[in-house]
Amino acid sequence: MEAVLTRAGIWLAILFIAVIAVAAAADTGYAIHMGIIALAAMIGLWVTVSTTDYGAIARGILRTPADQGRYDDDPIRWGVIATVFWGMAGFLAGLFIALQLTWPVLNLEPYLNFGRLRPLHTSAVIFAFGGNALIATSFYVVQRTCRARLAFPGLARFVFWGYQLFIVLAATGYLLGVTQSKEYAEPEWYVDWWLTIVWVAYLIVFVGTIVKRSEPHIYVANWFYLAFILTVAMLHLVNNIDVPVSLVGSKSYPLFAGVQGALVQWWYGHNAVGFFLTAGFLAMMYYFVPKQAERPIYSYRLSIIHFWSLIFLYIWAGPHHLHYTALPDWAQTLGMVFSVMLWMPSWGGMINGLMTLNGAWDKVRTDPIIRMMVMAVAFYGMSTFEGPMLSIKSVNSLSHYTDWTIGHVHSGALGWNGMITFSAIYFLTPRLWGRTRLYSLRMVNWHFWLATIGIVFYAASMWVAGVTQGLMWREYGPDGYLVNTFADTVAALHPMYALRAFGGLLYLAGATLMVVNVWRTILGHLREEAPMRDAAYDAAADRPILAPAE
Amino acid sequence: MANRRIDEATNTETVGHEWDGIEELNTPLPRWWLWTFYGCIAFAIGYSVAYPAWPMLTRGTEGTLGWTSRGQLDKDLKAQAAERAQTVAALAQVPIEKLPEDPELMRAAVAGGAAAFKVNCVQCHGAGAAGSKGFPNLNDDDWLWGGDLKTIEVTLTHGIRQPGDKQTRTSAMPAFGKDGILTPPQVQDVASYVLTLSGKEKASAAAQRGAGLFQANCAICHGPDGKGLRQFGAPNLGDAIWLYGGTRDDVVAQVTNPKHGVMPAWGGKLSPVTIKMLAAYVHSLGGGEQAPQPAAPAAAPAPGATATPTTTATPVATPPTAQQ
Repeated sequence: MEAVLTRAGIWLAILFIAVIAVAAAADTGYAIHMGIIALAAMIGLWVTVSTTDYGAIARGILRTPADQGRYDDDPIRWGVIATVFWGMAGFLAGLFIALQLTWPVLNLEPYLNFGRLRPLHTSAVIFAFGGNALIATSFYVVQRTCRARLAFPGLARFVFWGYQLFIVLAATGYLLGVTQSKEYAEPEWYVDWWLTIVWVAYLIVFVGTIVKRSEPHIYVANWFYLAFILTVAMLHLVNNIDVPVSLVGSKSYPLFAGVQGALVQWWYGHNAVGFFLTAGFLAMMYYFVPKQAERPIYSYRLSIIHFWSLIFLYIWAGPHHLHYTALPDWAQTLGMVFSVMLWMPSWGGMINGLMTLNGAWDKVRTDPIIRMMVMAVAFYGMSTFEGPMLSIKSVNSLSHYTDWTIGHVHSGALGWNGMITFSAIYFLTPRLWGRTRLYSLRMVNWHFWLATIGIVFYAASMWVAGVTQGLMWREYGPDGYLVNTFADTVAALHPMYALRAFGGLLYLAGATLMVVNVWRTILGHLREEAPMRDAAYDAAADRPILAPAE
Repeated sequence: MANRRIDEATNTETVGHEWDGIEELNTPLPRWWLWTFYGCIAFAIGYSVAYPAWPMLTRGTEGTLGWTSRGQLDKDLKAQAAERAQTVAALAQVPIEKLPEDPELMRAAVAGGAAAFKVNCVQCHGAGAAGSKGFPNLNDDDWLWGGDLKTIEVTLTHGIRQPGDKQTRTSAMPAFGKDGILTPPQVQDVASYVLTLSGKEKASAAAQRGAGLFQANCAICHGPDGKGLRQFGAPNLGDAIWLYGGTRDDVVAQVTNPKHGVMPAWGGKLSPVTIKMLAAYVHSLGGGEQAPQPAAPAAAPAPGATATPTTTATPVATPPTAQQ
């Protein structure tokens, strides 16, 4: 009872502070954000006080195994649902802004214009969809590969809900125009502080679980998860050193200015790709691919070498985002050569993922989840070749600021991050809810094809658009003068933009099948269909080792 | 490493660890992977020796090739300039009125003007120079200040309504409605009359009343027949071209509280040769006029009211008799 009172007291205090902040707010965006925080505190208070209701909910669809002999999977179940939900929100926003670029009349001022929806899309897919997938799978994988329950169950729940609050604050901020205008780091100072608290809690839960492991060695997936959590913490802190204008206003100014600010921003931005979208998702690959293929990892030695070389090299490659700018030449050179050196370390992950199928290649034909994983790893390999290539200065002088960059990012994001996440969700859902199999493996196959064809449309149209744009910008006539206006290039790209939106529509359609499939699986339905191959699951073996040999 | 075993499918030894059923093979690093990695590192070292790369205490290493991005830009710009040097020198020499006498030079000037137009002018006049409401269309032969080469050059150099420029083009139509010079019904009458000039409306009693008001208030700048006077930048009201729209509402709005557009004085931003090229390009778009014949010293016009004035006249000035 004391614990309930303490928690209720904390919630009440947050509620009061938030309400005072609403009253004192210097701008509307800040007031609305504090309102959201007050609402979250109110929900927290209500949940704390009416514990009986909480128990009923928890025994329902989100069951809590009080049994210490089971893994702590509640936050993971929530995480799977959150991943699917935010994924749909992000894909929908992406399709809408693609249509806005094609038909500008769709810019609905002021809340739903391109400028506000674009960061909503990027943050929804990277941080909400990708972030929830990373948190959920890391909690799943670290428990299984350590044969230990999560270290701090209460803190783990705080990580999940705290992260959702961060997402809601960030997303509403974009629509309200609350932004510090740094790509992938748009949320303002108080949202950054909140994320810092959540992230430190995440690190504590993850490291705590590794510390109490029952296995002698730490599995490679956990190295990657740990690298991801630690590095993102460092990146987030350094890139968000801001001075708030007022403690009751949303606006702040960054400490670094000019070219230093740009370098810090792209050191952050590039390593958000490197450690959030690469290291973290490689961790997912290292667990789910061998589990689904039921094969050993191809090479332990390769995993060590490519892990350390990737970690060491990635962090220096950021300046390639600032080629041909005010950034000093020496920094641009280093950004380029470190990117080139990064090619093989990146491909080490691809080799280890693909070659794990040695002895099980037939499963690409029979198992739709494996097929999805193989496509994900193939896109990973392709975009990690394209990246170093685009970082070479002479290539970059054509590609920079064009849609080629957008195509490159999306072949990585849709192909690699999206597909590996989908396959992880298909792996997790029946196991987390205790179902014999997914509602439908045939629908996974449909999802695979819709997504793949969608990416082909997306990437191909953006390659054509980017190269067209780059060539038109630099086209000189026989008299030595530029031939095209900027508006000419925009008009030339219109058909490519329409094709891109069509690709996005296919990808969204595939994800919609996933929503149905996951939902029906949770409800316990099984579609009657011709069977396809799936990995075996032994629920009896999926348990922690209870008394660690200490 | 107690549980090493040979994996049957690949005939490779495992490392002996196992996590949740996952084992690892002890496959050596693929040779092609390793050597490509070494190759990339060798390239990186070589490149960073040749180019500026390593930060030292006060500055970065400069690289053995002596390359800098500023140096390369400078070289590229100089190469471009050298290619164009002859044309530019010729253009700098020739007075713009004489430009049509050299068709080859004229063609080069139009090409350069087209490029400069894309950078500096499309923002307001549009990519096709067709303008939009409030921004003149440069493709037609309706000119506010005159459409021969020299006049266009002057307009470009000094801009429209630029306070800092003494020779800037300035006209100011009074706010007839807003300042109470005309009552709202009178404004309607004037609009009726103006719209009959271009045949947009039929003659009417209102237009009849407006005709008198027009002669008293408007003819001084727009001319007794409403065909406009370039001395004052006063538009021709008798054609189908309207800068601020040709509906009754548009005309009433303009008479009531007129809008006055501006254009930068490009003389302060672009070189004289670039302005010459821009003038040649705009002249070439379709509405370019011949230079006016100077041999028309009409009966003692008011001083300063020449054929191509750079006047800052206000509408209350004596209306000059000469037109064109």
